[in-house]
Amino acid sequence: MVKEGWPTSSWWKRWRESLARTRDNLVGQAARWFAGARDEGAWQELEDALLTADVGVDMTARLVRAARQARNRDPRQALREEILGLLTAVEGRLELPGPLDVIMVVGVNGTGKTTTIGKLAHRLRGQGKRVVVAAADTFRAAGIDQLAIWAGRAGADLVRHREGSDPAAVAFDAVQAARARGCQAVIVDTAGRLHTRVNLMEELKKIHRVIARELPGAPQEVLLCLDAHTGQNALQQARVFLEAVGVTGIVLTKLDGTARAGVVVAIADQFRIPIKLAGLGEGIEDLADFSARDFVDALLPTPD
Amino acid sequence: MAFENLTARLGEVFRRLRGKGKLTEADVNEALREVRVALLEADVNLKVARDLIARVRERAVGEEVMASLTPAQTVLKIVYEEMTRVLGGKTSRLDLGGNPPVPLMLVGLHGSGKTTTAGKLAVFLSKQGKFPLLVATDVYRPAAPRQLEVVAGQARVPFFFLPGAPPVAIARRGLEQARQQGRDVVLIDTAGRLQVDEELMAELVEMKAAVAPRECLLVVDAMTGQEAVNVARSFHERLGLTGVILTKLDGDARGGAALSVQAVTGCPVKLVGVGEKLDALEPFHPDRMASRILGMGDLASLVEKVEAAVEAERIRELERRIRTQEFTLDDYLEQLKQVRRMGPLDQLLGLIPGLGRAVPQVQVDEKDLVRTEAIICSMTREERRDPSIIGASRKRRIAAGSGTTVQDVNRVLKGYEQARRLLRQLPDMEKSMKRGGGRLWR
Ligand SMILES: Nc1nc2c(ncn2[C@@H]2O[C@H](COP(=O)(O)OP(=O)(O)OP(=O)(O)O)[C@@H](O)[C@H]2O)c(=O)[nH]1
Ligand SMILES: [Mg+2]
Repeated sequence: MVKEGWPTSSWWKRWRESLARTRDNLVGQAARWFAGARDEGAWQELEDALLTADVGVDMTARLVRAARQARNRDPRQALREEILGLLTAVEGRLELPGPLDVIMVVGVNGTGKTTTIGKLAHRLRGQGKRVVVAAADTFRAAGIDQLAIWAGRAGADLVRHREGSDPAAVAFDAVQAARARGCQAVIVDTAGRLHTRVNLMEELKKIHRVIARELPGAPQEVLLCLDAHTGQNALQQARVFLEAVGVTGIVLTKLDGTARAGVVVAIADQFRIPIKLAGLGEGIEDLADFSARDFVDALLPTPD
Repeated sequence: MAFENLTARLGEVFRRLRGKGKLTEADVNEALREVRVALLEADVNLKVARDLIARVRERAVGEEVMASLTPAQTVLKIVYEEMTRVLGGKTSRLDLGGNPPVPLMLVGLHGSGKTTTAGKLAVFLSKQGKFPLLVATDVYRPAAPRQLEVVAGQARVPFFFLPGAPPVAIARRGLEQARQQGRDVVLIDTAGRLQVDEELMAELVEMKAAVAPRECLLVVDAMTGQEAVNVARSFHERLGLTGVILTKLDGDARGGAALSVQAVTGCPVKLVGVGEKLDALEPFHPDRMASRILGMGDLASLVEKVEAAVEAERIRELERRIRTQEFTLDDYLEQLKQVRRMGPLDQLLGLIPGLGRAVPQVQVDEKDLVRTEAIICSMTREERRDPSIIGASRKRRIAAGSGTTVQDVNRVLKGYEQARRLLRQLPDMEKSMKRGGGRLWR
């Protein structure tokens, strides 16, 4: 028993208290240190995951920085929320007010334009619309035949000219035909082109101009097909096609593969182009509305 | 744009690295951080970039900085050498050995450019005196065989397809057909497929067993991102690739996929596609690709050339003259002579980071070169120093002396005048380059 008033008692008490504080501190510090180390590992892992999903160096750094400051302390959750926030803002739907809507499909070579048009025509047909597809890719060998087969599958009308003819003229005829036949939609296939080819981008602008002149308000949609396997160059593609023909929506194709297409996060951040559709295979039904949540689930799965 | 950023950033780091004897670990790490960013921005796979950087670090730390190089160039030289090594070192060629008909298979993801490349190969090989047959086995994509048929027509090469038959059978019959028709190469185009599509991958394995292709080439889009490694690895594991063809290099993609694909398969890139036309197929140059991936102009070859140092003095002198604007016809001739050893002036200038894009591309034709040299050699010393004295009669004399025409003489004088005007713009550019950082030229 410690006697009251013993000179050392207050000292003893103080010492005990400070010890307790220190111990708390130490335990707390250790716990924090371990948690910190674990978090650091987690952050590193997440950073790698983003980089290998084509999110890009800058975007990854910014996402991680933002997520580190977020309220949610779980690194993975914080990061998911960060990306989801960005992508939800651009999750878009086709806007086809009618009575006649023109959809122009553009993109670099081989990204899935023609296939997407087949799928899209099928979808619109399913909504009871009469659809005309315009074979304005007059350049690629058998491009017209490929589209013709898709038009047949989807039950859409096809407007075509000879190979090598003026693509703008095809688009023009298609709009006229659609109007004459009382159709509700025209989908214009265009030749794949690298965005660096100035003259081909001019050609694309001309197609756009001709459509706009023929039908006020058209094209209602200009869809840019991006291949999910594309890396950082997709940013350039988005920038240049947006400038040239005012892209209104992105179609992300080949998402049925293993590529996670993280570059669209940066595209969403920089250009705010709505992402509208996702290509999920080669079949006519393999087209889905883009879902930010599904996309993030694939990009950064939650461990179960 | 990322492109300029990198040059500026590296310039920044490298300025700090300047003028030290040995490279310390801290120096190297700092520089390599920027290199890592450059590689990732170019779509080099993360793991591949890490491995590469680890190897560079190992070699670079403690490395003596050579007299003719700055520390920055020393690091870059090692980066460049490692990259070039992964990229296959030297230009590789198609292997068409064995008994004709020699089969070749093209495989890859959807939309990577297989069919167009098949047509380009047909043209490429025809030019080498081969007689190819194009075989379509893509029975899945609408109108795919028709596309190859049209391409075959453009390439003026026969085409084979069997409607209704399965792909493997078509390939086998195509080979027989070639034998009967005396074709010596069989180019088999296959359907695009995902590397995780088990059924379609099995089909390729079966086809490969059936036709035993001399080359099994993976066609890869230069714009491919990080996933290139998984794609290439899967195709390689299933098929044993012999090479890679990189397509769409005429765009502005930095093409890091080339490095990724080679790192995981060990297969060389044998050819690159640089346009939609059928003649747009070129050999692959590992050194140029390394520079392109780093986004730094042809810096790597600059380092090599400077290192060779034989010409270094002359370059310096030329640069001095460029700066002091005393560029005479003699210098012009000197520069033309160097063209053969080192590449033309515009290329040389293109090697200087930050400057390459500012200089208009000057086409130099080998025949022109010979003629120009003859003409300048027929001038007197005064004429060379001061071309303004060359009037009509002197021109006639020079033309006669060099076995050319007066028009030719005029052309040379005009070319010289143009070069001089081009060079006069340089001092300003140099100042702006200094402001922007990134001057690696010494
Ligand atoms: N797995 C998968 N393949 C697709 C998808 N969309 C298109 N493809 C395939 O990708 C290849 C190229 O598709 P196309 O529709 O011809 O592409 P394109 O953009 O019209 O091509 P060009 O007109 O040549 O520029 C074909 O083999 C298609 O079957 C998709 O969502 N998933
Ligand atoms: Mg197409």
